Amino acid sequence: MLNYAFKRFLGAWPTLLILIALAFFMIRAAPGGPFDSERHLPPEIEANLRAAYHLDEPLIQQFGRYLVGLTQGDFGPSFQYKDYTVTELIMTGFPVSLRLGGLAMLLAVVVGVSAGSLAALRQNSRTDHAVMSVSMTGISIPNFVMAPLLILLFAVYLGWLPAGGLGNGSAANLVLPVISLALPQIAYISRLTRGSMIEVLRSNFIRTARAKGLPERVVILRHALKPALLPVVSYLGPATAGVITGSVVIEQIFGVPGLGRYFVQGALNRDYTLVMGVVVFFGVLIVVFNLIVDLVYALLDPRVKY
Amino acid sequence: MAMLEVDDLTVEFSTADGMLPAVRGVGFSLEQGDALGIVGESGSGKSQTVLALMGLLADNGRARGRARFDGQDLLSLSRTDMNNIRGEKISMIFQDPMTSLNPYLRVSRQMAEVLTLHKGMARKEARAEAIRMLDAVHIPDAASRIDRYPHEFSGGMRQRVMIAMSLLCRPRLIIADEPTTALDVTVQSQILMLLDEIRREFGTAVILITHDLGVVAEVCDRVLVMYGGRVMESGVLDDIFRRGRHPYTRGLLASVPRLDKSGGGRLQGIPGTPPSVRRPPPGCPFEARCTVREDRCAERPPPLQDAEVGHQVACYVEMET
Repeated sequence: MLNYAFKRFLGAWPTLLILIALAFFMIRAAPGGPFDSERHLPPEIEANLRAAYHLDEPLIQQFGRYLVGLTQGDFGPSFQYKDYTVTELIMTGFPVSLRLGGLAMLLAVVVGVSAGSLAALRQNSRTDHAVMSVSMTGISIPNFVMAPLLILLFAVYLGWLPAGGLGNGSAANLVLPVISLALPQIAYISRLTRGSMIEVLRSNFIRTARAKGLPERVVILRHALKPALLPVVSYLGPATAGVITGSVVIEQIFGVPGLGRYFVQGALNRDYTLVMGVVVFFGVLIVVFNLIVDLVYALLDPRVKY
Repeated sequence: MAMLEVDDLTVEFSTADGMLPAVRGVGFSLEQGDALGIVGESGSGKSQTVLALMGLLADNGRARGRARFDGQDLLSLSRTDMNNIRGEKISMIFQDPMTSLNPYLRVSRQMAEVLTLHKGMARKEARAEAIRMLDAVHIPDAASRIDRYPHEFSGGMRQRVMIAMSLLCRPRLIIADEPTTALDVTVQSQILMLLDEIRREFGTAVILITHDLGVVAEVCDRVLVMYGGRVMESGVLDDIFRRGRHPYTRGLLASVPRLDKSGGGRLQGIPGTPPSVRRPPPGCPFEARCTVREDRCAERPPPLQDAEVGHQVACYVEMET
């Protein structure tokens, strides 16, 4: 198992390298530059700036310089937030995103798995149809539509919750963004759980468990739940990474100062190093989460050997 | 009174095409220590018959009729009462040992849970008993292998585990649904010998479901021949194998490959195909393939009639000649 983890660790480097290269050259291909803001700088000052940030060098040389920096854990300075390094920005944004994403995934797993199992156990009943139609709605409505609707209802009309911002980090401020992030995940996880639970309940070993006279509760909890959750577990890795990194839109809508917001701001400002830093960070995150899922999978399924 | 008395058992499945009958009016009885073989091809309703007795029909299945086991009607028991019988008094062995054990739980867990549930044993005690039972079904080195997962056993060994598991509570009846179909021929005979040994040793009654007449001849003393959801003929082993009267039974026996009759003869079969479950014929289900059919066979199914004591045949034509 350690051996496998190490192999996967080695295998991740080429993936990351390709990701870095693609992101690096694509952001450079975008028109404009980091110093093209509203006011025109005198040409000589701009030339000085470009030289200071090595933007006057050939692109390939800059790429090499960036890679060398990365190996020393240096994401470079931000072009826009002049007093900060990219690393500092990521470190202020990531905890916020992590908290949002983590809470959202926790909510999604608890609610999604329960609703999905319930629907599977009462297949084709009203409960089942209700869960499935709510979940279909959840999947169909994108979160940039859902989030403003939630704000409208709970913040504007009912006035129960704040419309945005982190405030002092109180729970009330987190409720709406977490729910907006979790809804599509709840929908997806409940469908996934339902499908695999129905399949598992039809399998021969469940029939054996019933033939042994085990009460239905034991059949479900001891014999069916674990295999039914395997597909959910494999979905969780990419999904968690996706929710943490993909909260770009939600963070923007709710004005939450997370990584996603830095990413959007960075892209709009052509803050090359900031965008690159966030991309690399996300990339590593996704690779790590996938690895964790694979290792957890091996713990759950005794037939999987690495 | 017999230990198990099944009378007029009917199993139907509600589908998009309406109610489809899988088993129609099946009856038999079983005494302590009996071994009954239920023979028939795929779709003859033999598996659904016993699944109905165990309360294991698919969700869209309904069973009607009576099945008295120790004075209780299995078909009308509550779920809780049924669970007290399943695994304890009646246990079941399934066709595919590869998929019938839970791949995510250790064998020790899967076996011990039967004893902790039905006998109220402590874990340790249950485990010791499970090891004894694995020994009894000749699994070598049981004490160390019991903590393995099912995939670490071969097919034959897994079926032995299934059998050991079904024996844990010393049930009065074991139902084996094609227990050897998925196994190699050499392993097959080992498993059959094991079943026979258990029956003698524990006095357990056995219902053996199979499409293999050779298997029946080896283990059973009574045989029920099913076709199209109905009983065609029933009797003791010799009634069927030597004095089989029903055209279907005789067709089956004629299709058994024989090594002793050499001479390159072609393997014989019964021409035609079984009737569709979707549109069951109103008369005898075998009528369309029968060589001695008459017009009345297509109108109403022939009743099971005594040909000799304990030998019953459902055929108009045969019973008159």
